[in-house]
Amino acid sequence: MPKRDDINSVLVIGSGPIVIGQACEFDYSGTQACRVLREEGVRVILVNSNPATIMTDPDFADATYIEPITPEILETIIAKERPDAILPTLGGQTALNAAIQLHDRGILEKYNVELIGASFEAIQNGEDRQIFKQLVLDAGADVARSHIAHTIEEAVGFAADLGYPLVVRPSFTMGGLGSGFAYDEVELRRYVGAGLHHSPTSEVLLEESILGWKEYELEMMRDTADNTVVVCSIENVDPVGVHTGDSITVAPALTLTDREYQHLRDISIDIIRAVGVDTGGCNIQFAIDPATGRVIVIEMNPRVSRSSALASKATGFPIAKIAAKLALGYRLDEIPNDITRVTPASFEPTLDYVVVKVPRFAFEKFPAADARLTTTMKSVGEAMAIGRNFTSALQKALRSLEKRGSSFHWGVENRTIDELLIEAEIPTDGRIVTVQQALRKGATAEQVFEATKIDPWFIDQIVLINEVADEVAASDRLDTDILRTAKDHGFSYAQIGELRGFGEADVRKVRHILGVRPVFKTVDTCAGEFPALTPYHYSSYDQETEVMPSDRKKVVILGSGPNRIGQGVEFDYSCVHASFALSEAGYETIMINCNPETVSTDYDTSDRLYFEPLTLEDVLEIIHAESQSGELVGVVVQLGGQTALGLAKGLKAEGIPILGTTPEAIDLAEERGMFSGILEAANLLAPRNGTAIDYTGAVVVAEEIGYPVLVRPSYVLGGRGMEIVYDSLSLADYFGRMEGQGIIGPSHPLLVDRFLDDAIEIDVDAIYDGHELYIGGVMEHIEEAGIHSGDSSCTLPPVTLGRAEIDRVRVATLAIAQGIGVRGLLNVQFAIGAGVLYVLEANPRASRTVPFVAKALGITLAKAAALIMVGKTIAELKSEGKLPLVDGSRVPMESPVAVKEAVLPFNRFRTHDGTVVDSVLGPEMRSTGEVMGIDRDFPRAFAKSQLAAYGGIPLSGTVFVSVSDRDKRAIILPMLRFQQLGFEIMATEGTAEVLQRNGIRARVVSKVSEKGDDDVTIVELIQREEVHIVINTPSGRSARADGYEIRAAAVAGDLPLFTTIAELSAAVGSIDAIRDGFEVTSLQEYADTRAAALQAAAL
Amino acid sequence: MGIPADTDQNKTAPSPAVLVLEDGRRFVGRAYGSTGQTLGEIVFATGMTGYQETLTDPSYAGQIVLMTAPHIGNTGANDEDMESRKIWVSGFVVREPSRVTSNFRSQRSLDDDLESGGVVGISGVDTRAITRHIRSAGAMRAGVFSGDRFALSEGEQLDQVRQAPSMRGRNLSDEVSTVDPYSIPAVGERIGSVAVLDLGVKTSTLNFLAERGFEVLVLPQSVTSEHVLSLKPSALFFSNGPGDPAASDAHVRLLQEVLRADVPYFGICFGNQLLGRALGFGTYKLPFGHRGINQPVLDKTTNRVEITSQNHGFAVDMPIEGIHESRTGFGRVEVSHYSLNDQVVEGIRCLDVPAFSVQYHPEAAAGPHDANYLFDRFRDVVVARNAAAGAGDAN
Repeated sequence: MPKRDDINSVLVIGSGPIVIGQACEFDYSGTQACRVLREEGVRVILVNSNPATIMTDPDFADATYIEPITPEILETIIAKERPDAILPTLGGQTALNAAIQLHDRGILEKYNVELIGASFEAIQNGEDRQIFKQLVLDAGADVARSHIAHTIEEAVGFAADLGYPLVVRPSFTMGGLGSGFAYDEVELRRYVGAGLHHSPTSEVLLEESILGWKEYELEMMRDTADNTVVVCSIENVDPVGVHTGDSITVAPALTLTDREYQHLRDISIDIIRAVGVDTGGCNIQFAIDPATGRVIVIEMNPRVSRSSALASKATGFPIAKIAAKLALGYRLDEIPNDITRVTPASFEPTLDYVVVKVPRFAFEKFPAADARLTTTMKSVGEAMAIGRNFTSALQKALRSLEKRGSSFHWGVENRTIDELLIEAEIPTDGRIVTVQQALRKGATAEQVFEATKIDPWFIDQIVLINEVADEVAASDRLDTDILRTAKDHGFSYAQIGELRGFGEADVRKVRHILGVRPVFKTVDTCAGEFPALTPYHYSSYDQETEVMPSDRKKVVILGSGPNRIGQGVEFDYSCVHASFALSEAGYETIMINCNPETVSTDYDTSDRLYFEPLTLEDVLEIIHAESQSGELVGVVVQLGGQTALGLAKGLKAEGIPILGTTPEAIDLAEERGMFSGILEAANLLAPRNGTAIDYTGAVVVAEEIGYPVLVRPSYVLGGRGMEIVYDSLSLADYFGRMEGQGIIGPSHPLLVDRFLDDAIEIDVDAIYDGHELYIGGVMEHIEEAGIHSGDSSCTLPPVTLGRAEIDRVRVATLAIAQGIGVRGLLNVQFAIGAGVLYVLEANPRASRTVPFVAKALGITLAKAAALIMVGKTIAELKSEGKLPLVDGSRVPMESPVAVKEAVLPFNRFRTHDGTVVDSVLGPEMRSTGEVMGIDRDFPRAFAKSQLAAYGGIPLSGTVFVSVSDRDKRAIILPMLRFQQLGFEIMATEGTAEVLQRNGIRARVVSKVSEKGDDDVTIVELIQREEVHIVINTPSGRSARADGYEIRAAAVAGDLPLFTTIAELSAAVGSIDAIRDGFEVTSLQEYADTRAAALQAAAL
Repeated sequence: MGIPADTDQNKTAPSPAVLVLEDGRRFVGRAYGSTGQTLGEIVFATGMTGYQETLTDPSYAGQIVLMTAPHIGNTGANDEDMESRKIWVSGFVVREPSRVTSNFRSQRSLDDDLESGGVVGISGVDTRAITRHIRSAGAMRAGVFSGDRFALSEGEQLDQVRQAPSMRGRNLSDEVSTVDPYSIPAVGERIGSVAVLDLGVKTSTLNFLAERGFEVLVLPQSVTSEHVLSLKPSALFFSNGPGDPAASDAHVRLLQEVLRADVPYFGICFGNQLLGRALGFGTYKLPFGHRGINQPVLDKTTNRVEITSQNHGFAVDMPIEGIHESRTGFGRVEVSHYSLNDQVVEGIRCLDVPAFSVQYHPEAAAGPHDANYLFDRFRDVVVARNAAAGAGDAN
């Protein structure tokens, strides 16, 4: 059937903020879908609360709503836009759940909107575990024995039948939230309690344990004519017990015979039919008993998923794009395969390479968290690598993680075989390296299999890597053969250097003298059967290269690698924008990245795509290959976060031109002494500061400048290791914790700054072309200084800064841009304390807020910066209409206010005894993503940001407040307002006293530590859901434990939790504003208003 | 076809091997399987699973098979997945042979089978480069040389390759067919018998036929039509097999004679090409053939796409649209299936005689099971005739 002609407008629902389990893969899928729908002439209405995404670029939809994804807001948008259909299958679990709510509330029926991609019934069939289980059994396949429980007691009863350990899975949650293995009744009660809470239907599934089985996943596509294909098979190296998102996975499956593989395929097709996924993608997960081959269906997702993104990148088959076309009614055989162009999409990709994905974790940000991997996903990102064999793909993927200790090594290993084997039994971040060390020390493959249940084939591959390492170490000299062998198995220069006892650069030299260089192969969906027209490459140590010569001017853009806290989709946004702008300007754009979730690694984003690790050696080889033809204009390093920036010096040393700000200038900003010089020359103040390389030095500096001090290592992103320290004791504690991480030392000194209490923090994004400064936006933080800018909420335009203050900020930014020698982007953080402007830090690179500025004010800094890097001026960009004539430091009164709010992953992590990790914000960034609320004034915009991030602020109920002494004065007004608004107030004794003296009624509740025999503690009240808002500011160390318990309970209960007075005040202000509900306005409408205002101003 | 050498050589350090193509290209790698020398037509197969089924598929007789999937041998070998009694390929080209086997059904390593089968192979070569070369230059003769044959001069090796027989015009049926007839009882209720001309038949095909209620009478490729008809089979089946259909006139004549006797016919692969020729259409050699388990085929009757398992170097020459008259007097014929990749004929159906065939492998093994329904169609033809005959008797 060709395209349906009754669908002229489609509402696409995005996935909201980046959270663990739902990352930028849905930006990739949503962007593809929007592009396809518009190409097909469909009017696209998009809703997504996440401003950092590429899909929310106004260019990708006809009406872009950066609004909270709630049924009320969606109804408002539907009533306004009247779409013919809703596409909910490309926005992760968020979109799917939103679609279910729209159905349940009768909104779909009321407005006569159809769900396309998956019907309500299909969603229900796939997501409801009981229905799904029956469908699987009806299809003749097997499932794990299980029971559904609605109460904890019911669960305990079922456990008697299933035996321990057993699996607990809540219904309708994503990323395995709330699920896990219970080994005894205590754990069972805990998991079921949490699971019942997280499940919107208050039910959990209890299942027989299949721990240690082999785990597989099939990515499927189906069209309206029931044509069904398997796009990709994926095998988990980590056996069942670890969430797929946290597992090392490989595509295609490598340890299945055809008979077993076809059995999985048959089951999958039967299930997709039974579930009724009419069009689009879905994935089905299987477990196979390695001893008997018994197959169990674990689950399915009737939508595009994280695995679909991986499968798309792994095969070259664009699942999201095809899914969008299928949703419009096309059949698979009516859609051409983009890569071959002559063959249709109705086929199954075949791979002549191996793809390995490895997860990236952030446990270092949550030291209290239990680092064991379970069925609840905990990784924050992933890296993928492609190789012509498993060993090279694995080693490339591990080095793509850019994390110390993630790669195999052959240095000192003090643990014994037994210790290593015991460690390897428990899945954790880095277990694969433990396995490699155990094998290296002499553990047998059988022992490792017994400990880990990792398939013996994968274990042997690691044995092989160790054997190659032995050869490298033992050979008389590094000759061509041994180098080729090592490179063929994915060894890096650093690893070879370690084995030979010399440096990385020396290995590179030897290699090039011997002529050992990689070739680049193509991802073509068909193993070479048909010519590929898409230059999507990966390296291998084979004979023939497939890089086509070109006579164009080339620009290489370095991406940002795996997502991590502090470096996520925002950087991909900037890279993609640069690629678009440079391509439009006539350059051949060459993207290098290793993150399968991103838009940048889509084969049609740039002219050429290299899916390779972002390490100096890998990047240099690509540049070498591309330098064989055409003209390499240079490399863009300032958009891919610290990953790309970190390569600038090394590239420059090899004679590669760096576009924009030079590596020397980048150093000027990073190096404390030189940066101070720039500030002094410009008459700018920094908080009093100094540097130290050890504890003793740090104490001297701290005492000289006075406590509290802010300490942070240099050259880190996301505030890694950044803390506020109040005395020398805490400073000693800090050094204790940082020891051995290699982040503080003579080459990376510790920066010690006077911490500014009660200051307002300001972030500025700007571009500078050497002559003119253009401010993108001046963002005012809502929390006072001391909270990492990535975790704090901020507003654009600033809502409490005066014209004069903004002018001072502008002048200071210009002076810094000139002083550093910026060409391109610059981000400066300021603080205003007691009327004094301080410069906190400056980064000559794209910041996290570049996309926020673009969405809030319509100023696309990344595109402009890319053009400046190749020689354009700001004046030219203005005259060409690529930048608004008036910059972001002057925002007209008619403009809306945008509030960015961070989203934190605290409810993902549990400590070893099962409680939630602490949720106090600090100078080290811990948020995974962000949302934006945009409306005509600050209170409304703030309310929307809270709604998008946490489900919103209740309009009535009970507020619990307990604050530190220094905050007591500040809470009086907000609490009075709460009382006037009809809230009941509860407080701990000290706080209640202050409130009552000020005429505010407050009921006293006890802290956990004060609990008497008959008392009900605040934690219990929170658990009983008798409290609706929690306000708790951390005080000194003594009250810390109590504060922690209160915050943990609030996080576990998903309650609004305010840990700063500033946010509290903003929240109170917004309650009034939102009592009548929200209005919605698209970015395109805002842009029209802005254009009109600017025109009026010009007249 | 290979000249087996002392297999103990392989147990020590990998010895070198070279793949020589008839156009003079050479690819040096490591010896794999048996060492020695082998000659044949080099083709590539793109399946990511099912190397054992591929190796034991008689259609690959006379061919050096290159696997595009890099890791081969991971799941070892077992008796269940044998598609015939032995490995048929003349040579085997892979990138990464597995060092261990890992599968609950594995009984031995693939290396064991390659060595005991005397299959000369090569590993560690740029299989993708070779594939791309065959794709653009076409399937061609090639040789693998290892052990003492590796030491031959380049010129001598190339001469050997160029002296090997070409696949065009080659009849290989005799090499792969059973010598003696044998039968397999029907599974479940017997609906009749099917005479299977073994041109290189696969075990799965015979199982599928038996499972559909056929008593399966497997006949050597040299049988006469008189003999076939004397068995009074309910239906005739021609299997897949190696070689050029243009060199199989005897089989074509046999098919024509049986069709004239109004016996229902189903053919697979080689059996499709022979039906085409029996109907008076030509066959031709594809540049590099279709060999994979991901091949999309459109069933024109249902307008649905099947993902099929294919292994053919020749195809029937017939327009895919419209209804055509058989040039040999069998009435109207149409193309029932065609390849969505390159519009090659993948199935034909007679409208006036009970005969149909497909170019691909509905028995799969290796490959997806999308086309298993064709065995049901075949059964249905026989069941319908039985019913009609029964009704006729009653009258």
